[in-house]
Amino acid sequence: MEWDWSFALEIIPLLAQGVKITVYAGLLASALAMLTGLGIAILRRSAGPVMGSVVRFGVGFVRGTPLLVQLYFTFYVLPDVGIYLSPLAAGVITLGIHYSTYTSEVYRAGIDNVDRGLWEAAKALNLTRPQTWWYVILPQAVPPMLPALGNYIVAMFKETPLLSVITVIELMGEARIIANIHYRYLEPMTMVGLFFLAVSVPSVIALQYLEKRYGVAQKRHRTMAIF
Amino acid sequence: MPPSIEFLPIILAGAILTIELTLMGGILALVVAFVVGFARLANSAWLRSPARIFMEFFRGSSMLVQLFWAYFVLPLAGVSLTPLQAGVLILGLNSGAYMSEIVRGAMLALPREQFEACIALNLGRWERLRYVLLPQALRLMIPPFSNSAVELLKSTSVVSLISLSDMTFRAQTVRAQTGDASVPFTTILVVYFVLATILSSLLNSVERRLRPTKGGRT
Amino acid sequence: MTAPMVHFADVRKLYGAHPVLDGLSFSVSPGEKLALIGASGSGKTTILRILMTLEEIEGGSVAIQGSPLWNPGMAKLSTRQRETQLHEMRRNIGMVFQQFNLFPHMTVLRNVTLAPMLTQGLSQAAAKVLAMELLDMVGMAHKAHALPAELSGGQKQRVAIARALALKPKVMLFDEVTSALDPELVEEVLNVMRKLAVETDMTMLLVTHEMSFARDFADRVLFLDGGRIVEEGPPKDIFSNPQQERTKQFLHKIVAAGLSL
Repeated sequence: MEWDWSFALEIIPLLAQGVKITVYAGLLASALAMLTGLGIAILRRSAGPVMGSVVRFGVGFVRGTPLLVQLYFTFYVLPDVGIYLSPLAAGVITLGIHYSTYTSEVYRAGIDNVDRGLWEAAKALNLTRPQTWWYVILPQAVPPMLPALGNYIVAMFKETPLLSVITVIELMGEARIIANIHYRYLEPMTMVGLFFLAVSVPSVIALQYLEKRYGVAQKRHRTMAIF
Repeated sequence: MPPSIEFLPIILAGAILTIELTLMGGILALVVAFVVGFARLANSAWLRSPARIFMEFFRGSSMLVQLFWAYFVLPLAGVSLTPLQAGVLILGLNSGAYMSEIVRGAMLALPREQFEACIALNLGRWERLRYVLLPQALRLMIPPFSNSAVELLKSTSVVSLISLSDMTFRAQTVRAQTGDASVPFTTILVVYFVLATILSSLLNSVERRLRPTKGGRT
Repeated sequence: MTAPMVHFADVRKLYGAHPVLDGLSFSVSPGEKLALIGASGSGKTTILRILMTLEEIEGGSVAIQGSPLWNPGMAKLSTRQRETQLHEMRRNIGMVFQQFNLFPHMTVLRNVTLAPMLTQGLSQAAAKVLAMELLDMVGMAHKAHALPAELSGGQKQRVAIARALALKPKVMLFDEVTSALDPELVEEVLNVMRKLAVETDMTMLLVTHEMSFARDFADRVLFLDGGRIVEEGPPKDIFSNPQQERTKQFLHKIVAAGLSL
């Protein structure tokens, strides 16, 4: 089968519709993952031993099971217990919560890296716990985490095609519909692939640059002529 | 009792394919990770650049898109893959692309002094790698590899979308047939979690075995 | 007249635009013990690293027993050709590092037997006999099956010396071998080196801050500053009666630092 330019051009408006949903879902899910992840990290720090292990198990469970199955679960099982979500809402919430287990680790590491002395200094200044978090700890901890969090946003963005399995018509859903109707996979699939490459490769490279610039970069090897 | 209960054995039998996919994908991923990771450390840009492009390509596009592309588009170019071949190929290449960064990172994390000590003892290029650098780097690689292996296990569920009859595919089929979703999906969530736990504790024990021991032969 | 064991001719070495060695020439005779002294950044460690082929040079030439070790023409060789050539030359040279650089995943014994087995084709049994002999000489035979992490700094350094000796090099390079040690561990390492100087006729190049040791140990001392040799001579002349102003200043500083301890 040859690449058909006129077909490719013809489907661009449809795919663009899908791109809108993809971007929308990706952004919402990212925001959810960032906030929930932070909540988990703070909860794990402040919770007692019992609550702590419950949260740890929950995070481990969500992290240890496939996003695809979780999507099915949210979409098909939750209505059984009376929770009805639109496909898009189910997709965004599942994706966001799945990745919040990853972002919570980033926050945790970032918070652990903040100097212990700052907690004590805050106590000496008689700040409340929320004040300490908001004015002292987070401003110190967040900037070094940004590249890692950024990488997870890119990763979530790349996972949005899975939302098509619960009938969210995002970019991949659009492409699968087009492919089924015209029985042509070459153009829609290739264009979807190129779209993700075009977005995520520059983002990842930009994040690497940020990491080198602001992270704890180590310059050990002038050359790696080991082999 | 939901009608889907009687199909549980069929769903659970799908775990075998899930495990097979993880193993085969993992072996391919390991090969890819070392080839690409080491190519990225090479002196020659002719090796470094293609390796970099490969890595960015597979990390930069969605696995589901890659899978559909391999399964539906490649046949148009005359390369027909069975669902299993397409699944293992994409799982291995995708996971290998991520793991190549682990290989490269571990080699770069070795102290430069270890390399210099090898030179001072006149070890050849292969000997440096085989006896001194790789044994130390492997220990650094295993913990992140363990994460990658769990990610790989999770990704195998995606091959159900090209109609490979793994655990996820069977659960989805049972849901469609019986209309009951809670039993099949809850069951496989638990099975995936158990498999993931076993996988990471297996790799942890490998890491423990690689620790230096008195009279050890490494 | 026999060829000198080590010969530097007009060697230039740059780090970026900054010259570390600036047209440096000197020779070392077979069996000679040469101490290199000078402030940090004077280029003395670079001399050892060039001899161990850890650094390339930008100009001049370096020869071991008359055969060139480094010369600018080598840049044209392929990596493989260079490796082959360097492999031959490295047979003559051993080095002990400031940070020991033992292989942390191998026992003491294996650290010593590895290179003789791989590069000289010794059988495991023969390598073990040799290693135990050397470990005995440095007083470490009782720790043959320990891991480096279980040893003190001084013990590690003694193992590192045994490891370098196992290849029977003609030239031994000692790069500030006591600088990373706690003061009370310095002497055990120096004792091993004194013994070595008496018992073997190996050529030795020593970079050190231990001036009193350099005075006893060396046949000749080079004082370097800014990548050039400022003054050279027998230790008693350099230490007791330095001719150059910079040498005097340097020794004065060292003595003052020693007194303040």
